[in-house]
Amino acid sequence: MHVGAAHNKTRWLTGEGTWHVGGLLIACAVALPIVAVAWLAIFPSENIWPHLFETVLWGYIDNTVRLMAGVAIGSVVIGVGTAWLVSTTEFPGRRIFQWALMLPLAAPTYIVAYVYTDLLEFAGPVQSALRGMFGWQSARDYWFPEIRSVGGAITMMTLTLYPYVYLLSRAAFLEQAGVTREVSRTLGAGPWRTFFRVALPLARPAVVVGMTLALMETLNDFGTVDFFAVRTLTAGVFNVWLTMGNVGGGAQIALVMLGFVVLLILLERLERRRRRYHALATRHRRASRQRLGPRTRWVATLACLLPVALGFVVPGAVLLRNAVVFAEESWSSRFPDFAINSLVLAAGSAVLCVVLATFLAYAVRLRGGALLSGTARIASLGYAVPGAVLALGILNPFGAFDNAFDGWMRDTLGVSTGLLLSGTVAAVMFAYVVRFFALSYGALESGLGRIKPSMEMAARTLGEGPRGTLFRVHLPLMKGTLVTAALLIFVDVMKELPATLLLRPFNFDTLATYVYQFGSSEQLELSSLGALSIVAVGLVPVVLLNQTVARDPSEVM
Amino acid sequence: MLGGRIGRGIAGLVLLGLSVVGSAAHAGDEVNVYSYREPFLIQPMFDAFTRETGIKVNVVFANKGLVERLKAEGRNSPADLIFTVDIGRLTDAVDGGVTQAVRNETLERVIPASMRHPAGHWFGVTQRARVIYASKDRVPLEEARALSYQDLADPKWRGRICTRAGDHAYNVALFAAMIAKHGEAQAKSWLAGLRDNLARKPQGNDRAQVKAIMEGQCDLALGNHYYYALMLQNEEQSAWAASANIVFPDQDGDGTHMNISGFAMTGAAPNRENAIKLMEFLVGELAQKMYAEQNNEYPLRAGVEPSGLLQSFGDFKRADQSLADVAAKRPAAIRLVNEVHYNAGPSS
Repeated sequence: MHVGAAHNKTRWLTGEGTWHVGGLLIACAVALPIVAVAWLAIFPSENIWPHLFETVLWGYIDNTVRLMAGVAIGSVVIGVGTAWLVSTTEFPGRRIFQWALMLPLAAPTYIVAYVYTDLLEFAGPVQSALRGMFGWQSARDYWFPEIRSVGGAITMMTLTLYPYVYLLSRAAFLEQAGVTREVSRTLGAGPWRTFFRVALPLARPAVVVGMTLALMETLNDFGTVDFFAVRTLTAGVFNVWLTMGNVGGGAQIALVMLGFVVLLILLERLERRRRRYHALATRHRRASRQRLGPRTRWVATLACLLPVALGFVVPGAVLLRNAVVFAEESWSSRFPDFAINSLVLAAGSAVLCVVLATFLAYAVRLRGGALLSGTARIASLGYAVPGAVLALGILNPFGAFDNAFDGWMRDTLGVSTGLLLSGTVAAVMFAYVVRFFALSYGALESGLGRIKPSMEMAARTLGEGPRGTLFRVHLPLMKGTLVTAALLIFVDVMKELPATLLLRPFNFDTLATYVYQFGSSEQLELSSLGALSIVAVGLVPVVLLNQTVARDPSEVM
Repeated sequence: MLGGRIGRGIAGLVLLGLSVVGSAAHAGDEVNVYSYREPFLIQPMFDAFTRETGIKVNVVFANKGLVERLKAEGRNSPADLIFTVDIGRLTDAVDGGVTQAVRNETLERVIPASMRHPAGHWFGVTQRARVIYASKDRVPLEEARALSYQDLADPKWRGRICTRAGDHAYNVALFAAMIAKHGEAQAKSWLAGLRDNLARKPQGNDRAQVKAIMEGQCDLALGNHYYYALMLQNEEQSAWAASANIVFPDQDGDGTHMNISGFAMTGAAPNRENAIKLMEFLVGELAQKMYAEQNNEYPLRAGVEPSGLLQSFGDFKRADQSLADVAAKRPAAIRLVNEVHYNAGPSS
C-alpha cells in the first residue's frame, strides 16, 4: 500500500518504512528498562532459588495468586456490574454515579490502606465504638476481621482499581448497538440472559483490558502489601534485593511476576482467538435505558453508592479532617512548587506517552511484523514491574550511556560531559513513559482496532499517505481514546512514587514524594494535606474523563 | 499541522529536560547528599551547617536503591556522601564498591572504633538502642528490667510478644548480633522460640507494637528507643507510650544492642573537601546536641549529653560489639528469618 507516497516524498513521515523504523525505535526505547532488568537477573550475587524454594517461595506464590484472584473477581464484579447499571438502566442518582464511580481512581492505594487501618484496627473508632456498645474489654473478647491480611489487601486494591474495569466496560456497553440487546429481549431472553449471553461477551475485550490493568497495578504495588505485611512475590523482590543485598535475585523474581502477566494475557488471547469484535455500525441510536422496579432501583443505587463511598468518600473525609486539624504542621511554603512539579510532569508525560503510543500503534497497524509487534508487547510490560525495580532498569542503561559518552568525550576532546541523563527530570519522565506506556498503547491499539480497515483503504485510495490518513481519519475518530489515555496517565503520574524517589534530581519534590516522607513513618496526620491535594488534582481528569465518555462512547479506548 | 504542533511540543519537552541537566551540582560551594533518612530528620543539621560555612547541602532522599544509583552513575556521580540509618545499608554501600576510605583525625578521635569502619569506609554519627517495651500493667518493672534478649524465647512469654517484620533492617541487625554472639545454631533456636512467643503475625512499625501493648494484644515488644520520645510528643500516641515501660535488655550480660545512623563518602565525591567539612560538623558539639535534642538519638561524641527525656531513662550498659562484625552476619540472619518462617507468625 504505497499509494500516495510517491508524490509526497519530501514530506515528513509519508512512507510506511519511516513509520516502521520509527515505531521500532520507540518500542525499543520503552522496552529498554525491562530488558535492563532482565540483564540484572542474569547476574545474581548468589542463586536464591534453593533457599527460597525451601522456605518462603510457596507462601509468596500462594499470597500472590490469592491476591490477584481476589482483585480480579472484585474489580470485575464491581466494575462491570456498576457499568451495566449506569449504562443500561435508570435509577435514582444514575447521572451522578456515572462519573462518581471513577473517583476512587484519584486516591493512591497505599494512602487508602493507611486510612482504613486507622479506622478499623483495634484502637480505631470502629472497634472502640463496638467495644463501648457491647462492653467488650480486650481483643480476646470478640472477633473482628484483621485489616492487615490478604483479604484486607484485596479489598483496598479492589476499591481503588475497579474504576479501570468500570471505565472500559461502560464505554463498551454504551457503544454496543442498543438494537443488539433489544433483539435479544424480543427473542425472549430475560435481562440476566441478555447480559450474560449477549452484552458481556461483546464487552469482553474491554473488560479484559481493564482487568489486566488492575492486575498489573496489583503486582507492581509494594506500599500496600508491605504495610499489610502480606508476603507476595512483590514483597519477595524487595526482601531479596534489599535485605539479602541481591539485586539480580530480586530482578529474577520480578521477571517471574512478569511471566504471570504474560501467561494471563496469552491464555485470554488463545481463548478469544478467531473471534472478532468490530462495531456493527458506525452510528447507532442508543437503546433506551430500562426502568427498574420500585425496589430494584434502590438496590441499584446502593450497589453504586457502596464502591464510591468506600473507595472515595470515606478516605477523602478522613484526609480532609486531618488536613484541617493539622493544617499548620503539614503546610510547607514549598507546597506550590511541589504541586507545579507534579502537574508539569504529569501533563508532560501524558502527552509524550500518548504521542509515542499513537506512533507505535499506528506503525504496527500499517505493516505490523512479528519483530515490531513483539517489541511493542514487551514495551507494555512496564506497568507490571514494581516502580523501584523499573527505576533500576533506567539507572543502569542511562548511567552506562553517560559514562561511555563522557569517556569518549574525554578521550577525543578532553572535555568531561559528566552525567547527561542520570539524575535529571528527563530520566524521571522517561520512567513515567515506560511505566504507563501500557495504558496509552492499550488504549490506542484497541481504538485503532475499532476503525474498520475499509475507512483507511478509502482514504488511501483517495490519495492520502499514511500520515495524512492518520491525521485526517484516525485521529479525529479517536479523539476520545486519546483524551482518555492521556487523563489516565496524568492521574497515575500524580500518584507515582518509587521511581520518582530514586531517579529525581537534587532538592526535587513532587506532591507524592513530599507526602511519602511522612507516610513512610506512618504519620498519616502530616501526610493528609499532601495526599488530599493529589486526590484533588486527580479529580479534574476524572471529571474530564466522564465528559469524554458521555460525549461519544464509541471513541473511548 | 497537528503533526507540527506535536513536533514542537516534543522539542520543548526535550529542551526542558536538558535545561535541568547541568543545573544539578556544578557550583562551587556545595555538597551533595544521597539520603535514606527522611529529609525532615536531618535538614535542621544541614541548615545549621550552611549557616556556619555558607556551603549549600543538596539532598536526594529515596527509601531504596541509592547504592544502585551510585553504582550506575560511577565515577561521574555528583553525590559526595551517603546518609543512612542501620549498619546494613552502610555495609551494602561498601560491598557495592561505591564508597571510599576517609582518614580523618577528628572523625577518628570522636567516633569510637566499634562504631566506624576500620578503614574509614563508614562512620556512625548517632546511636539507637533496640529496647524492649514492657506493659506497665502486666509485666512488673523488676521483672522487665531483668530481661535479656535471650529471655524473649522463654516459653513463659508464649503469645505475649509483638515485633515488626523479621526482615526489617532493625530486626535483622539484632538477629545478626545474636548470631555473632552465640553462633548460628543457637541463634536459630532462639529465633524460633521468639517466633513461637509472638502474639500475632509480625506487622506494622515499631510504634505499632507499643500500641498493641496498650490494646492488650501483647505484653512485650521490640522497638527502637527514640520512638518512645516520638510517641510522647504526639497527642494521640502519648497514651501508647504511657502504657509501657522502656527497658534496656541484657544489663546483666553484654549490654543493649546498639545500631547507628551514619554516613559514608562516595567513591566519586566531586566536592570532597566540603564533604569532609560536613562530616566533621556533624560529629561536632553543636550538631551532636541537635541530633540529641531533636531526634532523641544517642550522640556518639563523648561529653554531649543525651536529651532530657533520654537521661530520664537512666544510664545503661551498651553492647560494645563491633558493628562491622554484626554486619557480616546479616546474610545469615535473613536466612534464619526465612527458615523459621518468622514473618508467618506464631501459628506456623
